[in-house]
Amino acid sequence: MKRTIFNSQLLPWLLLAPQLAITFIFFLWPAAQAIRQSFLRQDAFGIRTTFVGFENFQRLLNSPEYLNSLQVTAVFAVSVTLLSMGFALILAVAVDRMIRSSRIYTTALVWPYAVAPAVAGILWWFIFNPTVGIMPYVLGQLGYNWNHISNPGDAMTLVVIASAWKQISYNFLFFLAGLQAIPNSLREAAAIDGAGPVRRFFDITFPLLSPTTFFLLVVNIVYAMFDTFAVIDTTTRGGPAQATNILVYKVYFDGFVGQNMGSSAAQSVFLMLIVTVLTVIQFRFIEKKVAY
Amino acid sequence: MASITLHNLGKLYAGGSRAVGDVNLDIADGEFIVLVGPSGCGKSTLLRMVAGLEEISEGEVRIGDRVVNKLEPAERDIAMVFQNYALYPHMSVRQNLAYGLKNRGTPKAEIERRVNEAAEILQIGPFLDRKPRALSGGQRQRVAMGRAIVREPAAFLFDEPLSNLDAKLRVAMRLEIKQLQKRLATTSIYVTHDQLEAMTLADRLVVLNGGKVEQIGTPLEVYRRPASAFVAGFIGSPAMNLIDSRAVPHLPGTAHAGMVGIRPEDLTLAPDGPIEMQVLAIEELGAQRLVHGTTGGEKLTIALPPEGSIPDSLRLSYRPDALHLFDRKTGKRIN
Repeated sequence: MKRTIFNSQLLPWLLLAPQLAITFIFFLWPAAQAIRQSFLRQDAFGIRTTFVGFENFQRLLNSPEYLNSLQVTAVFAVSVTLLSMGFALILAVAVDRMIRSSRIYTTALVWPYAVAPAVAGILWWFIFNPTVGIMPYVLGQLGYNWNHISNPGDAMTLVVIASAWKQISYNFLFFLAGLQAIPNSLREAAAIDGAGPVRRFFDITFPLLSPTTFFLLVVNIVYAMFDTFAVIDTTTRGGPAQATNILVYKVYFDGFVGQNMGSSAAQSVFLMLIVTVLTVIQFRFIEKKVAY
Repeated sequence: MASITLHNLGKLYAGGSRAVGDVNLDIADGEFIVLVGPSGCGKSTLLRMVAGLEEISEGEVRIGDRVVNKLEPAERDIAMVFQNYALYPHMSVRQNLAYGLKNRGTPKAEIERRVNEAAEILQIGPFLDRKPRALSGGQRQRVAMGRAIVREPAAFLFDEPLSNLDAKLRVAMRLEIKQLQKRLATTSIYVTHDQLEAMTLADRLVVLNGGKVEQIGTPLEVYRRPASAFVAGFIGSPAMNLIDSRAVPHLPGTAHAGMVGIRPEDLTLAPDGPIEMQVLAIEELGAQRLVHGTTGGEKLTIALPPEGSIPDSLRLSYRPDALHLFDRKTGKRIN
């Protein structure tokens, strides 16, 4: 790389200014605002604002609704991650074995990633619509009465499927690249060493994929927790009875619909902490623990 | 331990292209066979067919008294050493060695004993608890060998195991492999493109070209009486001179041959010799001196002792029995 020496201090700062400005105005400033707001409370008419210290946080941790949302988020994130990674791995293993048609399949499997989350949500909402959808019809034939509008379990299943479906493409690409980086001779050596196909997968392939798997684990949890707002909003809107009200959706709902800015801000601060922890875990571990 | 028989062995790919054809070979129990040839000659395909990593499209492979065509690699009782070693990177050396035994349900104490024994033979005891990435190239090579010998298989298959090592280490490991194989007396098939490796290791050589066997014989037989012009040019360093007989019409007894072969070390300086050579370049190798030039428009190389000065034009002589004559069309030996 070429190094440039600047004669004055001014020019480098000027060149950095646009990036710094964007970071400051769109990231740091709103984050600071959220933190400030989380210590304040407004009265019902928005006339008086008072400083309440950690009361917003205290109330959250004592609120059954918030604790429920935490639990819902955990179930949701774990389900989406397992489902999307599991399916992606199966597809990647299948495509990795193909020789001639793998490119066509890869291209086809990547398409869902280009679909906007809101569109994905609507798509699955139609497929599972209790009145006009195909899946409730099929399930009805099998004796199951699907209704995600009134049944919390069905609602959760719907948002999990819609969210996981969109993420499969992304996971698939990374798993496929990971699989193709494993030298074939390792699997051949294992075959000669008396390991059958299943054993080869669990003894050789899967451990060697662990860096990819761990990276995807963090990315998928982050995705499920923060990027699935549109899916929830277009399908269940957090319902029924809070069954799919994940943390991100609750921040929006309490703040913009319920107009409780203080509580919404405190929830945002919790989310910031969660993201920070996930990021630290990712950077700490990805190079140490999982490398072989 | 077992003999291996290849009978009319051939490999056809789906597109109809042929990688290997009509290979017949009887390998005695404990014999060290080297498959040698240029890249793309089918030697690795042949080895992989014996290993069971490549499907057999024609003929038969027999290990011991079993036809193994339809058997999985694991059921053939063979062990293979790969070019890139193929050590399992996430397992320690000990686990690498034990993996094949573990899969076969060998008792723990027995695994322990065999791993320690192999570690001692190969002097890798101090590294048993390290991961492969913490080892040097030569040490990895030993571990790969160790993984083969702990299994005590009927045969070892080597797929260019030394080509990832530097030149000095390669010579040392070559000798070790030879000694190890002598000591264990396990039937071995070894694939290489390096004719020197082939000559030094083999009990018998199989020279392959274009998927066909050109010659099978002991290293000295192949060196002294190459069966074809291809073998003549491939085995031996510096390579044998192959001259169109029309360029040397005055040599007795060569008229009916298309090509005349003579090894650089079989040519000697003689003031009244029948061959005249124009010198183009001289290579000093220390122990000998290679003189490159032309005769009658054909390239010629001679190996001389490194003494005296070389004039621009030389006259050369040879022993009559040092001439190798080959047919112009088929390349087959005719004398």
